[in-house]
Amino acid sequence: MGKMATREGYGKALQEFGKDERIVVFDADLSGSTNTAKFKALYPERFFDMGIAEGNMVATAAGMATCGKIAFVSTFAMFASERACEQVRNSVCYPNLNVKVCATHAGLTVGEDGASHQCLEDLAIMRSIPNMHVLCPADAASTRYAIKAAIETDGPFYVRLGRLAIEDIYGEYGCELPFELGKANMLKDGSDLTIIACGYMVKEALEAYEALKAEGINARVLDMHTIKPIDREAVIRASKETGVIVTCEEHTINGGLGSAVAEVVAEEAPCFVKRFGVNDRFGTSGTPDAILKAYNLTSEDLVKTCKEALDLRK
Amino acid sequence: MENAERKELELFAAKMRRWIVEGVYCAKSGHPGGSLSCTDIICYLYNKEMKVDPQNPKDPDRDRFVLSKGHCAPALYSALGLKGFFDINEMKNLRKIDSFLQGHPCIEHTPGIDMSTGSLGQGISAATGMALAAKLDGKDYRVFSVLGDGEMQEGQVWEALMSAAHNKLDNICAFVDHNGLQIDGNVDDVMSLGDIKAKVTAFGWNAVEIDGHDFDQIEGALKAFNENRGSGKPFFVIANTHKGRGVSFMTDNASWHGSAPKEEQYNIAVGELDAKIKELEG
Repeated sequence: MGKMATREGYGKALQEFGKDERIVVFDADLSGSTNTAKFKALYPERFFDMGIAEGNMVATAAGMATCGKIAFVSTFAMFASERACEQVRNSVCYPNLNVKVCATHAGLTVGEDGASHQCLEDLAIMRSIPNMHVLCPADAASTRYAIKAAIETDGPFYVRLGRLAIEDIYGEYGCELPFELGKANMLKDGSDLTIIACGYMVKEALEAYEALKAEGINARVLDMHTIKPIDREAVIRASKETGVIVTCEEHTINGGLGSAVAEVVAEEAPCFVKRFGVNDRFGTSGTPDAILKAYNLTSEDLVKTCKEALDLRK
Repeated sequence: MENAERKELELFAAKMRRWIVEGVYCAKSGHPGGSLSCTDIICYLYNKEMKVDPQNPKDPDRDRFVLSKGHCAPALYSALGLKGFFDINEMKNLRKIDSFLQGHPCIEHTPGIDMSTGSLGQGISAATGMALAAKLDGKDYRVFSVLGDGEMQEGQVWEALMSAAHNKLDNICAFVDHNGLQIDGNVDDVMSLGDIKAKVTAFGWNAVEIDGHDFDQIEGALKAFNENRGSGKPFFVIANTHKGRGVSFMTDNASWHGSAPKEEQYNIAVGELDAKIKELEG
């Protein structure tokens, strides 16, 4: 298996699907980092660098979308979801426009830049806004499908992408894989508990699966690439068939994937849910590996959490 | 401008003002002051300048209008209603449950609305996006926008001005409804804008200053805008206006920014405006 960052998968997807003339791409002085420069290289007339002014960028993209464009907007997740939050709400989601916010450098694995650039709240914020779709793909290959879905589906999208090159989960960019908006992918089936993960954490979940298996524990692993609308059916089945759920995200445990899963469980099929993620704190500088260790977010930590979750049922 | 033409515009504007007062009175809430100050600008745009069709409000080649000071929706709604985009009597349902005339403009609810606005500073950015789309598609339509002077305190307005100039959008014409008042009082006391013309010019726009209640001057500004096309510079009109224009007790009074008239006040306002309409029709 190779390695590629989801942001790179995004840049490649823009290149691949960018011949559609409805597509326009906006960036805020980060086109090299977000990978929108890949689109710019092929279609410079449909690329707009808006400078370091994210609020204006988002609302300008909204204006373009009223004229029949599919407007992609990229910057770091920190600025897309929080600095420009109100523009996303009022100028994109309220008018239900075809603006696709593709936010890179989400989560702790930004690394050395530290807390000011490690967005840990975006899934919570974005999924609370009506009309918004929220996606968090696990690798470059599934990012391609996420971008394709965003192009093919009318309305606002938030796609959470990472900085770090990560191991391919499904295969290399361009490989075929099952991807349906709002439908979780079951990567491993099991009956003892279910790990529901998104984004970078899918990799950790698969590693934890192997470690648990070695100890005789059969975990189900779901890649919940769509946080909103969440796959309620898959969550209900996980609860009923495995009885314990551990959610797993590179995000605060408040309001993101864990909360979305817990909401479904509480309303429709009660079981224990453990939320594995960042425990209500800011990030820090360091290498991604060092930070994940320091924040107890490695696959070893996840194995521990899974066992704690299983103990709850006893 | 011919006298008859001017009189026709004055009559339309008086009717707009009458419906603004009616709508805000029926809703028991809303923003009459700023609606009445930008009435003449919107009146001129929809009667003389903009290529729009009430029967085909989504025509991709139409001129666009973005009311960046979205709280003055009653002014825009009254113009749209009187032009036949919808039944003008809907103004009586302004701000009410199930009405398509929301408190602030909404693209999904109301025929003729080109962008949802209300949160200040965002409309002008969206207008810039529309102008950029016209350039990209090689289309000839123009984009008009009206800002509030208080709204110009929002940083995003200046981001938008910067990007419109950068992208050489000479197909956008932005008005500031410069009535000098905002909720907390005089703009100059709350947060002075200084020399608006010097500032927008420094941001790369061409600018003119007019009396925003004088139709000849509005016409002159729009003529200058159309002549300015091809210059590569966006066009800004500082329209000096009076808040609450057309209703004696609301004129130049900040307290009418966001409150509705009581019955007695409504009767006075309607009396004044009906007399004006009668005079112009006579």
